Amino acid sequence: MSFDPAITLFSCHYTSQQSCAEEGKELEQLGFPASINLVRVPCTGKLQMLTLLQAFEDGSDGVYVVGCPADGCHNVKGSLRAAKRVDAVRAALVELGVEGERVQMYHLPRGLHPEFVAKGKEMDSRIRELGPSPFKN
Amino acid sequence: MIVAERKPMAEIIEMVQDCKKVLVLACRGCVTVCSAGGEREAEILSSLIRLGMKKAGKSIEVTTASLVRQCDREYIDEIDQWDGEYDAVVSTACGVGVNFISNLRKDTLVYPALNTTFMGGSAEQGEWTEQCAGCGDCVLHLTGGLCPVARCAKSLMNGPCGGSVDGTCEIHKDVECIWQSIHDRLASFDRSAQMEVIAPIRDWVTAGHGGPRKVVRDDLTI
Repeated sequence: MSFDPAITLFSCHYTSQQSCAEEGKELEQLGFPASINLVRVPCTGKLQMLTLLQAFEDGSDGVYVVGCPADGCHNVKGSLRAAKRVDAVRAALVELGVEGERVQMYHLPRGLHPEFVAKGKEMDSRIRELGPSPFKN
Repeated sequence: MIVAERKPMAEIIEMVQDCKKVLVLACRGCVTVCSAGGEREAEILSSLIRLGMKKAGKSIEVTTASLVRQCDREYIDEIDQWDGEYDAVVSTACGVGVNFISNLRKDTLVYPALNTTFMGGSAEQGEWTEQCAGCGDCVLHLTGGLCPVARCAKSLMNGPCGGSVDGTCEIHKDVECIWQSIHDRLASFDRSAQMEVIAPIRDWVTAGHGGPRKVVRDDLTI
């Protein structure tokens, strides 16, 4: 079934810094999926489980977080904390009988790297394959 | 503190499946400290209930609130501000809180969101271990401050059992043999002789084997 997914990306200031250059047009030119709504946060370690769950409540079909490399977070352990919370949300989704793949964590280098766009495409593709969120009933 | 864990979501969703409005009521006592039922966890649970019910094709209104504690009458009185507003209260307190609400508010339907597990402490961030069984007849003064009732897999009063290896329990490989630790600690205070004293057969009535327990302080009652 084909559908236009709504995906929320929470990305840290450092990882997404250049991604927001020129009002995000550069990202668009590189083929970053239009289905992804990018929310920048000072550090992904600040993200709470509730923030990720709220994104699902607000209608996201998928939610993902992009933070600094695990061994190179600007705030030392911020992206590690984020990864733990993503894991906890994934476990909760599975408890509710929903595909855990709808929430993901990626550790990427700072600045605009091809991986940033590639992971966006990967997420877009995954969510299209999974279909609409079962929470949209 | 009392340590608890959230129940499986399937169990909680089953509890509230016929409800239209529920109040998820956090406790700012022990369960806040062990990150099981404080305000943050109650907000998360509220979200999960909404999502779970949506997935089931049902609508539900979930509100979150908190009490200082759910194990004292004066705090339970605060529930009256929501009188009649909700089909049920989902308490994220320990079992004591759920019982207290049930005891004191005959018209309030209350469900437990947590499994109350034990009395313990935070060994490391995000990890809690049992330290006290509340047996009602403390022997810590004889055992170097380490509890054989709660921390020995067999609750032996005259340990060790002989099955431990390199200071590790034979039942749980990731748990220290508490009797080994008791021995080592007593030795460090030059009190190894205490290990030779035979502990008498215990009367477990104080541990609750004789029914629910009660403490009354005459100097505090009016």
